[in-house]
Amino acid sequence: MPKPKIGVIGSGRLGTAIARQGSKAGYEVRIANSRGPESLGLMLSVLLPGVVAGTVDEVIGQSDVIVLAIPLNQYKTLKPELFAEKIVIDAMNYWPPTEGAIEEFMNENVTSSEYIQQYLKNARVVKTLNHIAYNELEQHHLSAGDPKRRAMVLAGDDRTAKTVVSELIDAIGFDPVDLGELKNGRKFQPDTKLFNARYLANDL
Amino acid sequence: MELGVFSFGDVQRAKDGSLGPTSESVTNLLEAIQLADKVGLDVFGIGEHHTEYFPASSPSTLIAAAAATTKNIKLTSAVTVLSTDDPVRVYQQFATADIISGGRVEIIAGRGSSTESFPLFGYDLRDYDELYAEKLDLLLKINASEDGKVTWEGKFRPALDNVEIVPRPKEKMNIWLATGGNPESSIRAARLGLPITYAIIGGHVSRFAPLVELYHEAARQYKTPNADVRVAIATPGFIAEDAKDAKDTFWKAWSWAMTTLGKVRGFAAPTRDHYDAESNRDGALFAGSPEEIAGRILELHKRIGHTRHIFQMDTGQLPHDKFLKSIELLGTKVAPIVRAALEEEKKKEENAKNAKA
Repeated sequence: MPKPKIGVIGSGRLGTAIARQGSKAGYEVRIANSRGPESLGLMLSVLLPGVVAGTVDEVIGQSDVIVLAIPLNQYKTLKPELFAEKIVIDAMNYWPPTEGAIEEFMNENVTSSEYIQQYLKNARVVKTLNHIAYNELEQHHLSAGDPKRRAMVLAGDDRTAKTVVSELIDAIGFDPVDLGELKNGRKFQPDTKLFNARYLANDL
Repeated sequence: MELGVFSFGDVQRAKDGSLGPTSESVTNLLEAIQLADKVGLDVFGIGEHHTEYFPASSPSTLIAAAAATTKNIKLTSAVTVLSTDDPVRVYQQFATADIISGGRVEIIAGRGSSTESFPLFGYDLRDYDELYAEKLDLLLKINASEDGKVTWEGKFRPALDNVEIVPRPKEKMNIWLATGGNPESSIRAARLGLPITYAIIGGHVSRFAPLVELYHEAARQYKTPNADVRVAIATPGFIAEDAKDAKDTFWKAWSWAMTTLGKVRGFAAPTRDHYDAESNRDGALFAGSPEEIAGRILELHKRIGHTRHIFQMDTGQLPHDKFLKSIELLGTKVAPIVRAALEEEKKKEENAKNAKA
């Protein structure tokens, strides 16, 4: 099976780090932000050679795996109807100290990714890439089998989607560890021992 | 190469471990700035924060006091959280201090990585980007005005119709942008023709090399008139005579700060392994002996060509006497090594040029 096409939404620190690592791992990567593709020309030429810019809608339409790397408080700018059957990596966090409290995410019984899944109802949401510092994506990647290779946990309700995402995680240099259903994402949200911590797959 | 210090006005810790008074942090900070001036450092920055740990909520006031009691050192905010302030007021306050100092005051504008000023002053974090863009636009317009009059209109502040903004310093103030690594910020600074400060709090410092390249490339493409293209680096740092002593002392303070911040922001506390990796070679934590730190500044200079490096030393309730000693060593030991090495390099380059000619 050919490698899925990756579309990164968000061109901040995390979005550009994911795009670069995905591209280096041989994936076809597109990127978009809210300001439009013309805002990305310089950034692409210097920081992201090989990555293609598009509008948010174009990038979603042209990609198989969509990585959401925008501030969570902007999620309603996404159009749910564009996400049918798409695999979505939710790399966002509900993180009041950095983005402020958001009324609708205050219910502690529901994780932010479950809200995203409800909003993008026909997408197959996998929560991951949210619990690692963006710079560590570029500094801590190691080849498969290296005893020091860091684990990257993920959670989601769709097995096929999780297989595809696990392959991507492996390709960018981390050991994927499936923690089960999407609701288990609560184990690696902010304020948990897995958030921003370094573990080996065997420790988990 | 300009060398200096920046601080958020870290409070001291009492013997029982509780936090000391915020008033003490103000007087300590003023003492630190005066010492930095005395030992010949080039710049001192005060970073606006609004917490019991970091009570430096009003940098312009401290800078005005320092302006009156120092001779040569440049005084800057590091940073001014412009998004939640009024650019007119920011300009008036810093311009006043600048006049008192005889032209040594600068502003480093940033969006701020701490967000406590948003609820404090009634701003919405959803407007994070828009607020910053608009307020920066106004601040630059005020600074650029030749006759002191400003006409401006925006969304978050009443419009100005040919309004006089005073006092006016003799020269326009130096305004920098600060960024924690968002690529768009490097482009923004270049587009506006502003010098840029990269705040690097973790990871490898050399990972910022591509962003510096992006900044220079953007400056080449935008060709903004009168652009001031300069790169500064701001990192944690601490100097003691003995390298091991420096690393152990800073570990205690830094890990305490990161653990405290981790509790607020919900991330795991750092380990000593992590610290050791980041306080050596290419790491972002510049803790060590004067020779070691001078070497690391020069190494980084080779890679990214920065012309200013400022260090946040008093983090995690570092004892005030150790903070002062570290400032002294930066001025008396580190700076001479760095200056001599760069001077030597310049001579070599000139000789090479002459040889070619």
